[in-house]
Amino acid sequence: MDISLKIAVRFLKSNKGQTILIALGIAIGISVQVFIGSLIQGLQKSLISTTVGNSSHITILSTTDDKLIKDYEWILNYIESKESRITKVSPVLDKPGFINRDKKADSILVRGLVFDDADKIYDIKNRLVEGSLPKKDYEVIIGRDLQKDLDVKTGDRIVVTTPSGARQDFRITGIFDLKVQSINKTWFLTTLSSAQSLFGANGKISSVEMQVDSSQVFAADSISKSLSGLNSKGGLKITNWKEQNEQLLSGLSGQSVSSYMIQIFVIISVVLGIASVLAISVMQKSKQIGILKAMGIRNSQASRILLYQGFILGILGGAIGIVLGLGLAYSFTIFAKNPDGTPVVALTIDPAFFAFSFFIAVAASSIAALIPARKSSRLDPIEVIRNG
Amino acid sequence: MDDILRLKDINKIYGTNVKTQVLFDVNVAFEKGSFNAIIGQSGSGKSTLLNIMGTLDTPTAGEVKINGVSTTGLTSKKLAEIRNKNIGFVFQFHYLLPEFTALENVLMPYRIGGGRLNREIRDKAKDFMTLVGLEKVMQNYATQLSGGQQQRTAIARALLNAPDIILADEPTGNLDSVSTEAVYELMRKINQTYGTTFIIITHDRRIAEKTDRILEITDGRISMDIHS
Repeated sequence: MDISLKIAVRFLKSNKGQTILIALGIAIGISVQVFIGSLIQGLQKSLISTTVGNSSHITILSTTDDKLIKDYEWILNYIESKESRITKVSPVLDKPGFINRDKKADSILVRGLVFDDADKIYDIKNRLVEGSLPKKDYEVIIGRDLQKDLDVKTGDRIVVTTPSGARQDFRITGIFDLKVQSINKTWFLTTLSSAQSLFGANGKISSVEMQVDSSQVFAADSISKSLSGLNSKGGLKITNWKEQNEQLLSGLSGQSVSSYMIQIFVIISVVLGIASVLAISVMQKSKQIGILKAMGIRNSQASRILLYQGFILGILGGAIGIVLGLGLAYSFTIFAKNPDGTPVVALTIDPAFFAFSFFIAVAASSIAALIPARKSSRLDPIEVIRNG
Repeated sequence: MDDILRLKDINKIYGTNVKTQVLFDVNVAFEKGSFNAIIGQSGSGKSTLLNIMGTLDTPTAGEVKINGVSTTGLTSKKLAEIRNKNIGFVFQFHYLLPEFTALENVLMPYRIGGGRLNREIRDKAKDFMTLVGLEKVMQNYATQLSGGQQQRTAIARALLNAPDIILADEPTGNLDSVSTEAVYELMRKINQTYGTTFIIITHDRRIAEKTDRILEITDGRISMDIHS
């Protein structure tokens, strides 16, 4: 073992109280840094997943007057051949409609879907509270709130009127709950062919909804750009979730910046704490360092003693800090709960982030030791010898 | 006989604004294997002279030659190496490292010099501990030793790298007369066994009279130089 390391260990051991205090100081700083980092990451992840989890990432819309797209098979083939990052594609025909009851009418959004495709985006099957998905034409599933308003149940029939006056009755095969009231109140999900014949739009759709691979969510804008070849056909518009959620995104980046600020200031205070304690340690051990120099220890070895002390304190403090941070995060998920028992924020326990924080603790402590190390290197043994 | 240590025209001035000259044109040489005492009033400059001999302090003017090598202009790294290999120090306040055991303190100069611990060097350190009569307490921490034991440990430590010169500044200064006698006998024995040169500052006339040569320093000058 390097003699400087051995001396550093002995110095730390000889002042156990001081060593424990400073290690705890580092640990608390790192645990706060780890906790805040995990909290913000978790918060952002859950915000993003509520925003993009069960919704379209990239949508192709029509800009023509009737808002309809003909020959959509061509578009689907184009997407498939062009972009492997787009994993889910669902053609949709959306049109407004009404359901009349007594003297008032509920306005609804009739959505003609290919259920096999749409289920991949909206996860409808798992969010059915009763019944099953429509299989035949003129079967429908409606949202929980609409069901309550209309006071209907699975198996009942309801009549839909279109703005142009066409009427059609649908049989309810199931009730869904997509957790958003406006959707639960207005969405009227039926098969694509039923919607096409109801609105006299055979072979046409109003939009194509797509989801990209979950690792590529933030590349949705560039992916949508790579589909720009579709514009040659004219009458089409491609949008993506980032365009539609600019406020959310700027909020998130603001949050990230403030989280980094907090983390940086925590680290700075840790560095200052270690630097001052180690500077005191040089004073306390000046007699020892002086006699070591009289015995011929080189200045570089003398400064390494302090660097090793910083390094060891960083490892100790970092390790304790990560354990504390995990404890904080864990108790936060246990105690901070929504009324329904789910955690307020699902924290992200990211091993890479923890490893990074540990590295930061060790690096910060070593850097903090630089000034005292210089002091130790410059200590003149004659001062110690002469003054006893 | 060869001179192991030679001081030429050594002057030492302290202070930049208020200048105090401590040493005036000191010229002296020490023979290899000799046993020397330096005596003088406190404040006469004898400790400064010893520290200059040991490269801990630098002269304002003049030259120190150790084993024929001038120390003027050497890097701090080179000076550290000379202190480690060629010189052993024993101070009045013995300065053991309280964080280490007596044996570890004795091994310290060897470890500082970059040596790896092995059975051979451990046995050598233990032999020195036996030589200074501390084989029973060598695993004790420095703080658990008496003053005399600490001083004898410091002597064993100074011996470990087989230095050419041992510089001792009042090594018996705070010891009782029995311990003083024991430490002196020990140093004399080492001098005779290993041929190590000793330069000892002492205020104890009885000790000084037993040495080969007595130098007296008065107000920064050598006022007396007696070979016995």
